[in-house]
Amino acid sequence: MSLPAPALLDISDLSVSFRTDRGTVRAVQGVSLEVRAGETLAIVGESGSGKSVTALSILGLLGDAGSVDGGRILFDGEDLLALDDDAIRDIRGDRIAMIFQEPMSSLNPVLTVGKQVAEPIRLHRRVPWREAYARAAELLERVRIPDAAHRLGDYPHHFSGGMRQRVMIAMALACRPRLIIADEPTTALDVTVQAQILALLKELTREADSALILITHDLGVVARYADRVAVMYAGRIVETAPARTLYGAPAHPYTEGLMASIPGVDGAIGARLPTIEGQPPDLARLPPGCPFAPRCQHVLDVCGTVPPPLERVAERHLRACYRDG
Amino acid sequence: MQAYIARRLAALVPTLLFASLIVFISMRLIPGDVIDLMLAQNDIATGQDRAKIEAALGLDQPMYVQYFRWIWGVLQGDLGISLWQNVPVADQLLATLPITFELGFLALLVALTVALPIGIYSAMRQDTAGDYVARSFSLLMLAVPGFWLGTLVMVFPSVWWRWAPDLEYTPFFEDPLKNLSHMIVPAILLGLSMSAVTMRMTRTMMLEVLRQDYIRTARAKGVSERLVIVRHALRNGLIPVVTLIGLQAPLLIGGAVIFEQIFVVPGMGLLLLEAVFQRDYPVVSGVFLVVGVGVLFINLVVDVSYGWLDPKVRHQ
Ligand SMILES: Nc1ncnc2c1ncn2[C@@H]1O[C@H](COP(=O)(O)OP(=O)(O)O)[C@@H](O)[C@H]1O
Ligand code: SF4
Ligand SMILES: [Mg+2]
Repeated sequence: MSLPAPALLDISDLSVSFRTDRGTVRAVQGVSLEVRAGETLAIVGESGSGKSVTALSILGLLGDAGSVDGGRILFDGEDLLALDDDAIRDIRGDRIAMIFQEPMSSLNPVLTVGKQVAEPIRLHRRVPWREAYARAAELLERVRIPDAAHRLGDYPHHFSGGMRQRVMIAMALACRPRLIIADEPTTALDVTVQAQILALLKELTREADSALILITHDLGVVARYADRVAVMYAGRIVETAPARTLYGAPAHPYTEGLMASIPGVDGAIGARLPTIEGQPPDLARLPPGCPFAPRCQHVLDVCGTVPPPLERVAERHLRACYRDG
Repeated sequence: MQAYIARRLAALVPTLLFASLIVFISMRLIPGDVIDLMLAQNDIATGQDRAKIEAALGLDQPMYVQYFRWIWGVLQGDLGISLWQNVPVADQLLATLPITFELGFLALLVALTVALPIGIYSAMRQDTAGDYVARSFSLLMLAVPGFWLGTLVMVFPSVWWRWAPDLEYTPFFEDPLKNLSHMIVPAILLGLSMSAVTMRMTRTMMLEVLRQDYIRTARAKGVSERLVIVRHALRNGLIPVVTLIGLQAPLLIGGAVIFEQIFVVPGMGLLLLEAVFQRDYPVVSGVFLVVGVGVLFINLVVDVSYGWLDPKVRHQ
């Protein structure tokens, strides 16, 4: 038996906080993740659970307000957190690319779509603009924008939301990155378009042999597209497992709650889905113990003491919970 | 685009008519009229002379007749004759307009070279010492009146260093260097007073733009901070700044009146000032006509450059 290949991306014990007027917001605490080459990892969790902050930390895009308090992010064996500005900039858009949630505001309104797609190629491959544009035309074709070659000179406002997200995907694929991070790429789109975009994203990342981190708050999306899933709650990973395992045997009460709220194939149309009662905790005033305790139906005495550690429940299946089984 | 410009130009006509009416009436409401001033220079004049002069100048007619005569003249390209100089107003305007235009253009250049880089720098270094210095400077420029600053520059250097600004006008095409050495001081002062608002606006807009999602997208592509500013942020940030510059056009003309007087620049501002003091109605009306057309023209240029900066406008 051969040893498993080392992970392409290996995040360990990452903690990120924001200094705000309300105090220190602990957005991410002790997050560890692994993504292997070509693999798709889904990060799932309610809004505000720290998914975007985790993603932005990878590329050093947190901005001035956020600070990484600890941890290590190894990419291809290199610690991204230790790189200087120039070195991390060389990786952005080249070996790691990112797709954002808002197709309407994530493209620059005054630059042509062609220029925006060609830009990373020109930047990282140092080819003349003309060549970068030619490649941009191919990319727009690959994401199936009709009449792609003639649309290089169009501006973002000429495109619908779904088409813009295709442009974003083309842009992300431009330099054939090893890793693509898609932060809720379809949340802002029509339901009918969502599936198309996700299928396209999945197909093209597979073709390019890129790994994909697919961030979503919709566990239903994950089943079809992810190899593995990490469930986040209040800045922590509470459960991680291969997608199939997670669906078959969720082990954390929060994951169970999320599962129950997915419309199933057999679910009656219009039936009200159960949702998890209550709100996630205020990240500036986290309770001691398990952050899910105030909403948990299985809460035990021990849950209020210290946060449960992430522990193995089965092969490649971890969860952070004190409950038996 | 051409149809758009034509429509805009057509819309200017009523605006100009209205403005000219206001100027026409208000000039005649100022106490003391031109005949009194003329007679005061000539002590042997009698009441009979007064009536004669009035008739000769057409001032004996009712005001609306005078106005329509003037408009009729304007439509035929005749702006009338200066009551004092006895030369066509159009000639006076043609002689002074290029000078004021040069002053305004130089001032705008100064304003932009000061306001844009400092505004951008201020935004990039928000809340640092440099930002505070830049903002304080802009506040100071807003607070200090132009005539005071102009007088300071006239007085203090000559007291301290026995240096005084050049006050002799030379036409640009005769000796450009000598011309500039005279114009540069009023241009800098006028430009600085304009730069204050533009600088603050540039800073505010750049801060706003740098928060946008597409800036994060650019950074995620590996675009350098310099290119983030130059390629991704600047054009978006400048769209509102261009409007502001258009709105400042009348300010520029007002400033020209002040600085032309202090620095003895024989431009339209000086012409206007003298004409107002002498109640030289046709000259005043003529200057305001040019100012009105100028302001509206600048706004048209602003509109057109909007289309160039903002593709959404271009394609409408
Ligand atoms: N720039 C910021 N300043 C202050 N707090 C922030 C900032 N960005 C994110 N946060 C906080 O971090 C937490 C996690 O946010 P995020 O990662 O965006 O959640 P999501 O899982 O919805 O992507 C939120 O509570 C949010 O308020
Ligand atoms: S640790 Fe306790 S409170 Fe937290 S999820 Fe498990 S059972 Fe619920
Ligand atoms: Mg998010």
